[in-house]
Amino acid sequence: MTALDLTPAPGAAPLGRMVAAQAGAEIRAILRNGEQLLLTLIIPVLLLVGFSLAPLVDVGQARRIDFLTPGVLALAIMSTAFTGQAIATGFERRYGVLKRLGATPLSRAGLLLAKTLAVLAVELLQIVVIVGVALALGWRPAGSLLAAVPYLLLGTAAFSGLGLLMAGVLRAEATLAAANLVYLVLLGCGGVVFPLSVFPGGVESVLELLPISALTGGLRAVLMDGEGLALGPLAVLAAWTVVTLGLAARTFRWE
Amino acid sequence: MDSPAVEVIDLVKRYGGATAVDGLTLSAARGAVTAILGPNGAGKTSTIEICEGFREADGGTVRVLGLPPSDGSLRARVGVMLQAGGVPPAVRCGEWLRLVSRFYARPLAPDALMARLGLTDHARTPYRRLSGGQQQRLSLAAAVIGRPELVFLDEPTAGLDPQARHACWDLVADLRTAGVGVVLTTHHMDEAERLADHVVIIDRGRVVAEGSPASLTGAERQLRFRARPGLALEELLTALPTGSAAKESPAGHYIIEGQVDPELLATVTAWCAAEGVTADDLSIERRTLEDVFLELTGRELR
Repeated sequence: MTALDLTPAPGAAPLGRMVAAQAGAEIRAILRNGEQLLLTLIIPVLLLVGFSLAPLVDVGQARRIDFLTPGVLALAIMSTAFTGQAIATGFERRYGVLKRLGATPLSRAGLLLAKTLAVLAVELLQIVVIVGVALALGWRPAGSLLAAVPYLLLGTAAFSGLGLLMAGVLRAEATLAAANLVYLVLLGCGGVVFPLSVFPGGVESVLELLPISALTGGLRAVLMDGEGLALGPLAVLAAWTVVTLGLAARTFRWE
Repeated sequence: MDSPAVEVIDLVKRYGGATAVDGLTLSAARGAVTAILGPNGAGKTSTIEICEGFREADGGTVRVLGLPPSDGSLRARVGVMLQAGGVPPAVRCGEWLRLVSRFYARPLAPDALMARLGLTDHARTPYRRLSGGQQQRLSLAAAVIGRPELVFLDEPTAGLDPQARHACWDLVADLRTAGVGVVLTTHHMDEAERLADHVVIIDRGRVVAEGSPASLTGAERQLRFRARPGLALEELLTALPTGSAAKESPAGHYIIEGQVDPELLATVTAWCAAEGVTADDLSIERRTLEDVFLELTGRELR
């Protein structure tokens, strides 16, 4: 039998090492989960390829690929920050993982930081793949991708808030169902592949207040129309971030 | 460093209208094994989870290593094994242990710990494919990997096969030797008798007895038998040597304590014969914690 020195030698690891370890575990969990890969990579790429090649949607004057790429980027952000994170966190709560981690030196703030880093890392991977496919399909962005960064970050924050709000309150199964439902609804009426202009005027102005519409709208303004910072969409995303993260912080149950 | 490992005073915990812990007081020494023994629903898990900082008490005082359970500095000093779960189903056994080890400054080597607990062959097995016993051992490993000075084990051997139970017992014994305090809950009296320096027997959220296993069970042997309830034991006592004791607990179960020798046995059986009753299941044995519990509460431990 192997000798083990069980003599007490307690102590927490440095915060950086704890967060890096947890973020690595979160990234592995996301990339290993087949359903989540379907949601984060396969569906966005299929939509991008399918709708850019087939004339299914009237996008007005623009080239289809130039219209679709910002929408699919927004969809990718939503799938990871909202759908994937909500479902994963809901089940972590259900399986007692959040509770167990709460008994380690990794603080709740550290855990949330690790989750955020993991989401950003997976989003980076999604962006590289989607931009690669889009360029191969002839995408010509009208503005710099750097100009899209504020939208991507604020969109991530808003969708994370929404995901954590859902995961912290609903049962895991309800989160699974609701997160997928919301994903589908927002995919349909958030301007991802169909422009919001297909809806009647009154409906359109309401839909513009959805976080997905603000994200697709902002990304199109920068990447398709070559505008500088469009502040309207940023304001909508900021409002969603404040409200959802604020509510999540008040209502989140760790157990 | 003079404070006990765990000090619980007048603890109260309610869930809605139901009182799970009802004025419970106990103390666990540093570097010793303390077993909280009681039937399901006695308040064991509520008590230990309040000590672990997972639940809020509704009344009373709890100190762990001299600090309130919510104190963040305890997370690095205290190891925790939940009653069940706590591990993502898809994560591999070795991966989980390596992850948890990286939260601590001077952790045990995950591979050595897995070898010690017989998990080496399952290092690459996802948690959901591990047997119940392997899952329990992984949770135990995660509780000790940070080299804590105190560990809480909530029903560490529930549902384990005998081999896994012994692996767990051996590790608890080694923790004690190394100076780690252990507080565990159990409803196995043999586990408490075998492992614990101090046993706290609880029932319905209250302490009904506590002490070392030997002090609780007593060194003396006893004669036990079953017969119809309501025998006149006072009469029997007059025939027994002074210092003997006789009681009926629960109804129909008789216990004779004292100098249990052939003469005493003969006296008891002769008296039964004179009373016209047959003494069933007559036996001479040392008391167990199970007997203590039965006598104190009139109910079986399980």
